[in-house]
Amino acid sequence: MNIMTEQKLEQAVGASMTAKTNEVIKMQGRKVGVFYGEKQALFDVELDIRQNQVTALIGPSGCGKSTFLRCLNRMNDTIDSARVTGKITLDGEDVYDPKIDVVELRARVGMVFQKPNPFPKSIYENVAYGPKIHGLARTKADLDAIVQSSLQKAALWNEVKDRVHEPGTGLSGGQQQRLCIARAIAVAPEVILMDEPCSALDPIATAKVEELIDELKQNYTIVIVTHSMQQAARVSQRTAMFHLGYLVEEGATDKMFTNPDDKRTQDYITGRFG
Amino acid sequence: MPMTYFIAIILVIGVVAYIIGRQRAAVHTGGAVKQHSRPHYHAWWAFLLATVPALLFLIVWSVGSSVYLERHIEAQLPPQTADSAVPNRSLELGLVRSLANGLRRLDAATLDKLPATFAELQPMLVAKGVALAPDTQDYMIPVAVETNRASDGLRLTGGVIGLILSLAGAGIAVRGIQPRTRARNNVERIVLWALLGSSTIAILTTVGIVLSMLFETFHFFASVPLTNFFFGTVWDPRFAAAGAGDSAGQFGLIPLLAGTLYIALVALLVAVPIGLMSAVYMAEYASRRVRSIVKPTLELLAGIPTIVYGIFALVTLGPFLRDLSAALTGGTPFIQAQSIFTAGLVMGIMLIPVVSSLSDDIITAVPRAMRDGSLGLGATRSETIKRVILPAALPGIVGAVLLTASRAIGETMIVVLAAGVAANLTLNPFEAMTTITVKIVNQLTGDLEFNSPQTLVAFALGITLFVVTLIMNIVALYIVRKYREQYE
Amino acid sequence: MTAAVGTLPVAQAPARRDIGLKRRYAAETRFRWYGRVAISIGVIFLAVMLISIVSKGYTSFMQTSVLLPITFDAKVIDPQDKRATDPSVLIKANYPNLARDALAARLGISPDDKPQMAALKGFISDGVRTQLRDMVVADPSIIGTTRDVWVLASANIDSAYKGQIDLGVAETNRKVSDKQVGFMNKLRDEGVMAGKFNTGLFVNGASSRPETSGMGVAIIGSFYMMLIVLLLALPIGVAASIYLEEFAKKTRLTDIIEVNINNLAAVPSIVFGLLGLAVFINFLGLPRSAALVGGLVLTLMTLPTIIIATRAALAAVPPSIRSAALGLGASKTQAVFQHVLPLATPGILTGTIIGLARALGETAPLLLIGMVAFVADYPTTPLDPATALPVQIYMWANEAERAFVERMSGAIIILLVFLMVMNITAIVLRRRFERRW
Repeated sequence: MNIMTEQKLEQAVGASMTAKTNEVIKMQGRKVGVFYGEKQALFDVELDIRQNQVTALIGPSGCGKSTFLRCLNRMNDTIDSARVTGKITLDGEDVYDPKIDVVELRARVGMVFQKPNPFPKSIYENVAYGPKIHGLARTKADLDAIVQSSLQKAALWNEVKDRVHEPGTGLSGGQQQRLCIARAIAVAPEVILMDEPCSALDPIATAKVEELIDELKQNYTIVIVTHSMQQAARVSQRTAMFHLGYLVEEGATDKMFTNPDDKRTQDYITGRFG
Repeated sequence: MPMTYFIAIILVIGVVAYIIGRQRAAVHTGGAVKQHSRPHYHAWWAFLLATVPALLFLIVWSVGSSVYLERHIEAQLPPQTADSAVPNRSLELGLVRSLANGLRRLDAATLDKLPATFAELQPMLVAKGVALAPDTQDYMIPVAVETNRASDGLRLTGGVIGLILSLAGAGIAVRGIQPRTRARNNVERIVLWALLGSSTIAILTTVGIVLSMLFETFHFFASVPLTNFFFGTVWDPRFAAAGAGDSAGQFGLIPLLAGTLYIALVALLVAVPIGLMSAVYMAEYASRRVRSIVKPTLELLAGIPTIVYGIFALVTLGPFLRDLSAALTGGTPFIQAQSIFTAGLVMGIMLIPVVSSLSDDIITAVPRAMRDGSLGLGATRSETIKRVILPAALPGIVGAVLLTASRAIGETMIVVLAAGVAANLTLNPFEAMTTITVKIVNQLTGDLEFNSPQTLVAFALGITLFVVTLIMNIVALYIVRKYREQYE
Repeated sequence: MTAAVGTLPVAQAPARRDIGLKRRYAAETRFRWYGRVAISIGVIFLAVMLISIVSKGYTSFMQTSVLLPITFDAKVIDPQDKRATDPSVLIKANYPNLARDALAARLGISPDDKPQMAALKGFISDGVRTQLRDMVVADPSIIGTTRDVWVLASANIDSAYKGQIDLGVAETNRKVSDKQVGFMNKLRDEGVMAGKFNTGLFVNGASSRPETSGMGVAIIGSFYMMLIVLLLALPIGVAASIYLEEFAKKTRLTDIIEVNINNLAAVPSIVFGLLGLAVFINFLGLPRSAALVGGLVLTLMTLPTIIIATRAALAAVPPSIRSAALGLGASKTQAVFQHVLPLATPGILTGTIIGLARALGETAPLLLIGMVAFVADYPTTPLDPATALPVQIYMWANEAERAFVERMSGAIIILLVFLMVMNITAIVLRRRFERRW
């Protein structure tokens, strides 16, 4: 039974491997606007997310980068007053199409939050939560395998393998965040969204998570919101700069940090504002 | 002169002191020396100094003089013997006291030529609207007259001393008004003491509850052994005093406790699932519009006095269930009009808003990050609730259920009206059982003699109830507090 | 640079996974229904209870009366003509006979017709005795004249008139005879028998006859008690809250007080009744059945509610207000009383109203301090015997006659109206003044 999950994982990995040879677009935003009640928070954003790459969303706080991120797996649906316009596609399908099921979408587009938010359960139960609700494991052994491989991919296995049945809330901040990443990986998503995943962590934990993100892009498409220029430069291949609800500029990360087209981007990365 | 006159005069002195103080202080304003406090503080200080010590003295004096009077009366009464007309000293004192009070209604002329026997005196008192117990004895009349004389003397002395204190206080305060007098600090210090005093009333209440009930309970256990109360399985207080031999086990707590717990259990079985589901729905699903209608409705449900629920059970639901069960079996009803089921059901409905408002607070205290984390993994809302939110809220919910259970155990009016009075031990929920609270009410309504075990048992029941609910409350409040701290 | 966007090919979607969506959404729908059902049960029960009470009680606001031309015959009132010397004659006179004769005259029954006269027995309320007596005592000159007077019908006739007695039942098994029904219909057709607004329900005291019993004493008793609770619990509660919230340092004592208050809020109300009985009545010797004792007991019971609400209201006032006042040289006391307290007032009022509403509906402790008493006269001071609204309801619930059930339901309606008004006031107050800092 172990083999089955392995196969599934292989499939997912295989799919991304073939696509990686030539760059393809995993997700795409067209004229995306977001309203919170009367207030418009995001204006006409056009952005492509490339498969198996890390895309960083940067910009001063309140610029709409997190809002955009939360549109990608429809987490904005949980806010009563939020309304999204425009079109967002995953593999060419509109995610706001009524035919698309939000539960299935979120199983394909996972999310890691700003503050580590492990459930008040054991480490094992935290990771097993997603596979259990989605019915991804037929047997206990399946589940064990998924938990172990997820924790391994999240580079946490070695630290917790002896105490997977202890509460997840007992881990350090950095470990908790990697646990949350493992929890997201366990569902075998195609895209992982990360909303400032290191903002609550110390530098050493941050380094570990960044290292992990770099590893993960082999198998997953990653979108990361960060307020740290250095982090964007370190982990991402492409960067999008937001300002006051508009997408200012998007491009390859090296170019963005060395030779941005827009003056606002230049000002921001050189620390004039933000 | 009654005490109230003295109190009124002291208050008048206080007001006068206030006015004079205000004027004297006002003279200083704008003077060379900057005033420490504004004039009205000086005025208030004068008022307080004129009234507070005098009134405190009057309180102490009246307590002291009533203690003295008691001794004084006792000294004049013949010593208690086995064949005394009144068997009990406290009863005797009570009779003298009511006689003395009655005599106050008579006018001076009548008092001068008071008859020597109670038989002659009684009609004179009745004419004045004073009804006295018939076992008032003749020898009590002079004692009562002497009591009145002594208490008048004491009251006059106390009142005069109070007045002197009041005047002295006013004088000291008014004379002491100087620009640099710290009147504000003085007033504020007294205010602070008053605030502290108010906050200790809560403790005094608890102490009062415990002491008063313990005291009466000790009386009770003097005539009924502890084990018979706590482990007795028969509740039949009526004949306990009659025969000496068969009193054992008549005050058995067990049937009452069993009934209390059984009814509370039924109530919780109704209230917890419904209340919890309502809270979940309100917190997680309901649109703002639905919430704005349902929440006040549930609050209104919580605001309905329990007697109304009890009467609904007695007048409508009980007979309805009885007739329904009769119709089902085609003749004999298997649900009695007063039954554990009826009482528990109605009590459960009453507790729905309690459970739902307590759990609503607890569910909304679960951080949003938990919900987002679960929804972000693709869980549906109900999966999120069942697998993340409710487990996370579990300790808080346990606390809420405990608090609710303590409400159910202490609830009185519903069970008085709907549960029945027969102290049965049964497992059939459609029969009647009675509870601790019902028996407290039963034993204390009506004209029972206060010192009999039949009455005193109510206090033993009361303290049992108090201790049980107190423990539940403390544990529940502790759990809820710990739970909140976890998410703060 | 945006020109480059969209030129890349779009990724192929991987094969769909079966994540049991159908089953899960079914579970989701079921779960939602559980919630809806749970709420509906609460709301439906509330509706059923209110409807059952209102349908039983609304008729109590009307009381059947008969308009009778009553001749204040001196021969009946004062056969020996002694009223000039002995005024007590007017008190003791046989007034019901006046009413009976007037009724007979109205129905055209000869006083010699024994069976018909016997059927008149129990038609008119016995309350007519006091009603006519009071008229005569107030104005003895009406003796010898004839006045049209509305007098109450007896409880049974009242029930029959309101259609609450099933006339299909055999005559011997019901309390109203066929003859009486005939009289009733005749009087109604003549327009001299009608349901009139039942002021007696609001002003009368206890009575053994349903038609003349009312809640007057209970309303006054409840009013006294609410006044006492308000006068004692509000200042003490606010003072205690101010001390605990603004002045007290975290010490063992304040900790104990805090735990204590929370526990007192959850102590069964009947325990407060025991406290009242043992301390106020037995130890301090206050009179039984007095509104004062009831008020004191309810005060102790309400205090924790008010303290908890007041503390929440005080804690909601942001510290910046205090710092601002202190910064201007106000003393701590001045800052609290002149700046914090006014801002907390709406919250305090809301808590107080809710506490008062709870106290108004509280029954159990009052039973223990002897407020279950038959009190016919208005209490003039809080030391006089009185009852309270919910206790009156309880006493009527224990009466056997069905007319008392109607009164009881009417009394519940009145109590609920009081409570609704208080609760809605509290909810509105809270909504209006709910302030987010």
